[in-house]
Amino acid sequence: MIKIEGLKKKFGKVQVLDNLDLEINVGGIFAVLGPNGSGKTTLIKSMLGMVIPDKGSIEIDGENVLGKYEHRENINYLPQIANFPSNLTVQELIKMISDLRGRNSSHEELIAKFNLQPYLSKKLGHLSGGTRQKVNILLTFMFDSDLIILDEPTSGLDPYSLIQLKDIIKEERKRGKTVLITSHIISFVEEVADKIVFLLDGKIYFKGTIDELRKETGQTNLEHAIAKILTPKNV
Amino acid sequence: MRSRWSYVYFLFYLSLGFVMLFLNNDVSKAVITLMNIIVVLTPLVGTVFGVMHYYDSKEFTELLLAQPIKRSTLFLGQYIGLSLSLTLSLVLGLGIPFLAYGVLQSAAIWNFSSLLLIGAFLTFIFVALAYLMALSNENKIKGFGYAILLWLFLAVIYDGIFLISLLVFDEYPIDKFALISTVFNPIDLSRILILLKLDISALFGYTGATFKIFLGTNLGMFASTLILTLWVVIPGWFILRKAKKKDF
Repeated sequence: MIKIEGLKKKFGKVQVLDNLDLEINVGGIFAVLGPNGSGKTTLIKSMLGMVIPDKGSIEIDGENVLGKYEHRENINYLPQIANFPSNLTVQELIKMISDLRGRNSSHEELIAKFNLQPYLSKKLGHLSGGTRQKVNILLTFMFDSDLIILDEPTSGLDPYSLIQLKDIIKEERKRGKTVLITSHIISFVEEVADKIVFLLDGKIYFKGTIDELRKETGQTNLEHAIAKILTPKNV
Repeated sequence: MRSRWSYVYFLFYLSLGFVMLFLNNDVSKAVITLMNIIVVLTPLVGTVFGVMHYYDSKEFTELLLAQPIKRSTLFLGQYIGLSLSLTLSLVLGLGIPFLAYGVLQSAAIWNFSSLLLIGAFLTFIFVALAYLMALSNENKIKGFGYAILLWLFLAVIYDGIFLISLLVFDEYPIDKFALISTVFNPIDLSRILILLKLDISALFGYTGATFKIFLGTNLGMFASTLILTLWVVIPGWFILRKAKKKDF
């Protein structure tokens, strides 16, 4: 279980996370939604320890993880922007990350799934954005971890790979994993997510299932339901 | 790491070593000429490489930060890796020609090895300073600018201020002041250490005598090594502190 209490983070003058409380139970797929700049990525990076929050606590399985690194052993993270060292080949990168984790990885299977075979000996700097995202996904899913965090996983993917990605995510759910996803693609969220966490101005605005969100806003369409949250009430 | 530039750097020192020996035809003289080059050049190269390496490997760092590695291990590893590879280029590049020339049999072996040691120290010091500058500045141009300015200050401007103050306070006994201000600049300290090693401190005149008294003894040697070590450790500590608080 992930328990976040009173999380605060300021970048310069902008209060990105403002006293955020959140509890996420083990198992299932959680979509973190919110407009641009609502603090989704900051929230995720705080959990990973890449961003250091000003205040608050984050517990994973009852253990405070702020300032620690061991918990990352059990997290797979897909960064929003796939920044890789451009002078390494795909194969070298896979090998390096596997060595680093020192665990069994299932990269062969994933290479086949995303048709990455022809790119293995190419340098990462020469890959297209979509292919790089595939490599990114491969690196994320090649280890067996309890918590999987995906930041905009769909960006740049072709329809075929998108289907593969959805399959993988559903597969992980079956195995009882906790998956956190941020995305702006509503249809994607609607298809895979069990629960929605809606962030607005650095706070949790809504947390619940998609049906509950529909009911609360009185909209049948999820896209409109979210748009309704975003429109100011008094206009 | 797999950097092309460290080979270039290595080849540069290799050729420099050969040329110096060829032109001077004497190990001791070559050491003096090399000192002048090393004392200015190793800090510059350390600075440039330190900053470049940080910004270049930024993406890589971000990738690694999501992996189960301790932050301090990651940054110290990068810093030590870079400094070591630069030091290796220096030691091998200069060592090979001097070994070929037979430095082992000559009396200059100690002078030569202290030259290399000081070169190594300067590399570690300036890579650390550059890394710190890069770490504190998200903006590449700014980081690069500050690092180069720092080098320029310590290598050139500091000496200028030093000389001017010597002229202005000509009438006062300033050898203590001179000694202390030298100690605060790793480049000056290194230069004087080598000069003293070479036993040409008579060139310094009266102030030189003070230096000789302080730095020439074993205690002085020990103290100055300690100061150089501090010049490595303190920026290193700041790197760790900065790295711990930084957001990626």
